Amino acid sequence: MPDRIMGCGTSVKTENQTKKSEKAIKAAILIQRWYRFYTARLEMRRRYTLNIFQSIEYAEEQAQLQLSNFFTFMMDHFAHWKGQGPDLISDISNSKEGHKFIDYEKIEVPNSYGGPRITFPLTVSDTNALLRAFKQGQQLHARYVLQLFHETKKFLKQLPNIVHLSTSYSKEITICGDLHGKLDDLLLIFYKNGLPSTENHYLFNGDLVDRGKNSIEILVLLFTFLLMYPNNVHINRGNHEDPIMNLRYGFTNEVIQKYKGHARNILLLLEDIYSRLPLATIVDSKVLILHGGIGDKTDLDFLSSIDRFKYKSALRTPKTDSEKCTSRDKMLDGKNKKSSVDVGANQNRANKHMTTSSNISQNRSQQGFRSPGILEINYMDSRIQLPDKMPELPDSIRKEWKQVVDILWSDPRNQNGCTPNSFRGGGCYFGPNVTKKLLAKYNFKMLIRSHECKQEGYELCHNGKVVTIFSASNYYDEGSNRGAYLKLSPDLTPRFVPYQVSKCTRKLTLHQRVSAVEDTALRALREKIYAHRSELINAFKLCDPKETGKISISEWASAVEAVLHLDLPWRTLRPRLIKLTSDGSVDYLSSFEDLQIEQPIKEVQPNLVETIYRYKADLEIIFNIIDKDHSGLISVEEFRQTWKLFSSHLHINIDDSAIDDLAHSIDTNKDGSIDFNEFLEAFRVVQKFDSKANKRKHKV
Amino acid sequence: MTDEKEAAESLVTDLQKKITEAFEVFDHECNKTVDVREIGTIIRSLECCPTEGELHDMIAEVEEEEPTGYIRFEKFLPMMTKALMERRYRPIPEDILLRAFEVLDEKKKGYLTREELVKYMTEEGEPFTQEEMEEMVSAAVDPEKNVVPYREYAAMMTIDDY
Repeated sequence: MPDRIMGCGTSVKTENQTKKSEKAIKAAILIQRWYRFYTARLEMRRRYTLNIFQSIEYAEEQAQLQLSNFFTFMMDHFAHWKGQGPDLISDISNSKEGHKFIDYEKIEVPNSYGGPRITFPLTVSDTNALLRAFKQGQQLHARYVLQLFHETKKFLKQLPNIVHLSTSYSKEITICGDLHGKLDDLLLIFYKNGLPSTENHYLFNGDLVDRGKNSIEILVLLFTFLLMYPNNVHINRGNHEDPIMNLRYGFTNEVIQKYKGHARNILLLLEDIYSRLPLATIVDSKVLILHGGIGDKTDLDFLSSIDRFKYKSALRTPKTDSEKCTSRDKMLDGKNKKSSVDVGANQNRANKHMTTSSNISQNRSQQGFRSPGILEINYMDSRIQLPDKMPELPDSIRKEWKQVVDILWSDPRNQNGCTPNSFRGGGCYFGPNVTKKLLAKYNFKMLIRSHECKQEGYELCHNGKVVTIFSASNYYDEGSNRGAYLKLSPDLTPRFVPYQVSKCTRKLTLHQRVSAVEDTALRALREKIYAHRSELINAFKLCDPKETGKISISEWASAVEAVLHLDLPWRTLRPRLIKLTSDGSVDYLSSFEDLQIEQPIKEVQPNLVETIYRYKADLEIIFNIIDKDHSGLISVEEFRQTWKLFSSHLHINIDDSAIDDLAHSIDTNKDGSIDFNEFLEAFRVVQKFDSKANKRKHKV
Repeated sequence: MTDEKEAAESLVTDLQKKITEAFEVFDHECNKTVDVREIGTIIRSLECCPTEGELHDMIAEVEEEEPTGYIRFEKFLPMMTKALMERRYRPIPEDILLRAFEVLDEKKKGYLTREELVKYMTEEGEPFTQEEMEEMVSAAVDPEKNVVPYREYAAMMTIDDY
C-alpha cells in the first residue's frame, strides 16, 4: 500500500514535471519565435535605411549635374547684367591657365601661429607633426597648404593617365576607397595598417573630399605622403575631385571657412591638382583599379592618350585645345537646348507648378525631365539625340569626355548591358557582360572600384570579378555602415579588412543602433516628401475623384514613386510614413500633417516657400558663386535677377512681383544687400510633434 | 459578387507587390534570387511569425531539388502569397508573450534572472546561437540588477512594432 502510494505519487510527480517542462519548452519556443521575428524586422529596417540614404544621395547628385548646366545658362545671361561680365562664374569651373603662380613664400606665418610647420623636402618628422596636429584638431597654415599643393601639382604633372604598378617590389598593396573628408577613418586605417612608407604601399581610390569635416586635412596628409613616397603612394581621381561637386558637398565651404582670404587660391590650385590626378591604376597588368566603373565603350588605350589636364571638372563641356569653345559657343549651346530639347519636358514642369491640373500620367512623362535636365546629362545619357543637341562639340571631344565621365561615375549592375546611370544622372550602369568583355580584352583578372557605400564596407559582384571598396564608415549617419580597406598580395587575391569608427564607448543594442540611423533616414525622406507636397497632393487627388481623402496603398505607392523617383520599397516603408484608416486605405494628407516648412517671412507666398525649400541647395551654391568675396551678402538686385533666371531656367512659373516682394522684405535694414545664408537657413522643414508621441500601432 | 471578386484580386495583387518589394531588398544581384540564409528575414518582415521548424518547412517547399543556396522568386511568390492569404503564422500579441515569460518564471518572482533566461533560450526549444543570445541579453537584462523584468521588456519590445 505505501509502495503503491509512493509509486503513484512518483508517477504523478513525474507526469507533472513532464507537463511542466513541456510547457516550459513551449514557452521557450514561443519566445524564441517572437524574438527571431522581432530581429528579422529590425534587419529589414536596417537594410531599407541604407536604401533611403542612397537613393536620396543619387537624386542630389543628379540635381548637381543639372545645376552645372545652369551655370552655362547663367554665363549666357550674366553677360547682360549691368557691368558684370561672364567672368563672374568662370573662375569656378573654367579658370584659365595663367593665374598659376601663387607666391606662397610671401605669405607670412605669424609667431602666434601654434599649428604645425613643415619644411621641404618633406621628411617623417613633418608627417608626424601633421598627424599629431590634426589629431588635436589643429589646422595647417595657408602658406604651407599652398606650398604643398603647389609641389603636388608639379609632381602630378609627370604622371601618366593610367599608372602601372607591380607588387614585385612590395609584398602587398593596400587599397582604400572613398574617405569623404572623414579623417577619423583615415587615422584608423593608418593605426591598423601602418603609415605609408617604402615598405607599406597604398592606393587611394578617389573621393577623398566632400561631406566630412576634414577634407583639407586628408588631402594635406595624403599629398605629403605622396611627395615623400612617390613610388609607394598612389591616388586615383574620383567623381568628387571636381570643383562643381565641391560646391554642393561641402569642401568649398570647408576651405572658405578654414582659409578665408587664401581660400580662393587654394581652390584654384586644387582644380589643377584634380585634373592632374591619374584616372586609373593597373597592378601587375592584371588588376584594374578606378573610382567608378566602366562603360561598354571604355577604351584604356584611348584613355591613356588623352590630355586629362583639361578636365578640371568632369561635369562641364571640356574646352577644345585652343580654348575656342567660349562664351559664343556656350550661348549657342544654351539656345539650342532651350529651343529644341527641353520644351516638352519643361512644359510639364511648368504646368505642374501652375495650380491645378496635372495627372499621374503626366507625372510619369516627367520621368523624362529628371535626367533630361538641361545639358550634359542629356548629352551623356542619350546617344541618339546627341547630334542635334551639341552640334558645336566635335565628335572626338564628345567621345573623349564620355570616356572620362564613365570611369568616374559608373556603377555595376547585374543585368547585362550598359545603360545610362539614370539615378545618379552621370556615367552608366555596366552589366557582367561589359565587365567580362573588358577583362578579356586586356587580359585582366578583376576590377576594383569604389564610389558606392556598402553596408560592410565592401562587396563583390559580377561573379567576384568586380570588387567595391568603400572606406568611410558611418557615411550617412553614426552606425549606418562599416568602412573597409583591402590588401592585394602578389597572388592578387583581395583580403578585406572592415572597421567602424565609433564615437561612443557604450555598446548600443541592435534595436537602438537601427532606430537611430533609421530616424535620420526617415527624416530625410519626409523632407523630400514635404518638398514635393503640392505635386504629391495633386497626384493623390487624381486617384481620389470623390475627394474622400483616402486612396489604396497601391495608389499611394505608385503616386509617390511617380513624383519622387527614388526607387524605394514604398509598401515596406508605408507604416513609417502615413496612417491607415480603419478600412485599410491610406489617409494621404497624414504624411504632411506633422511637418511644416518654417516660414520666417510672412510675405512669402506658400508655393514660393515650397519652391525655395526644394531648390535651397541649388540657390545656396548660386548665391555663393555670385558672392565673390565670400561676405555672405549679395545685393537685392542680384538676388532678384538670379531668382528670375533660375525660375525661368527651370520653367517654374512664379510671377516677378512675388519675387520683388520677397527680395524687398528680406532686406530688413533696407541697405540694398541680403544675407542669403541666413535667408536660406530659415527655410527648413520642422517636425511639429515628436515622432515617438506620434507613433501608432498598425496591424494590417 | 463581381465586386467581391475584384476586391479579392486586388488584395492578392497588393500582397504580391509587397512580397516583391521585400524580396528585392535582399536580391543583391538583381537576378530574382536571394540567399537561402536571408529568406527567414524576408518571411518574417512580411508579418509572418513562424518557428524555426516551420520556417524550414517553408524553405523546403521553395528550394530547388538540388539546393543551390539560393531561392528563386518565382517559387517564393506563390508560397508566400498563400501563407499570407491563409493568415498562417500570425505575430504573437503582447499578452501571449507575457504568459510565456510567466511560465518560465516558476516562482512568480516577476522577473527572470539572467542565468534563467540564457539557460532556457540556449538549451530549450529552438536554441539561440551565441550571437542571438548576446544581442537579446544586451537589451533584455537590466544591467544594475542583472535580471530580466519581462513585463517591461515585453511592453517595450512590442510598442515599436508597426
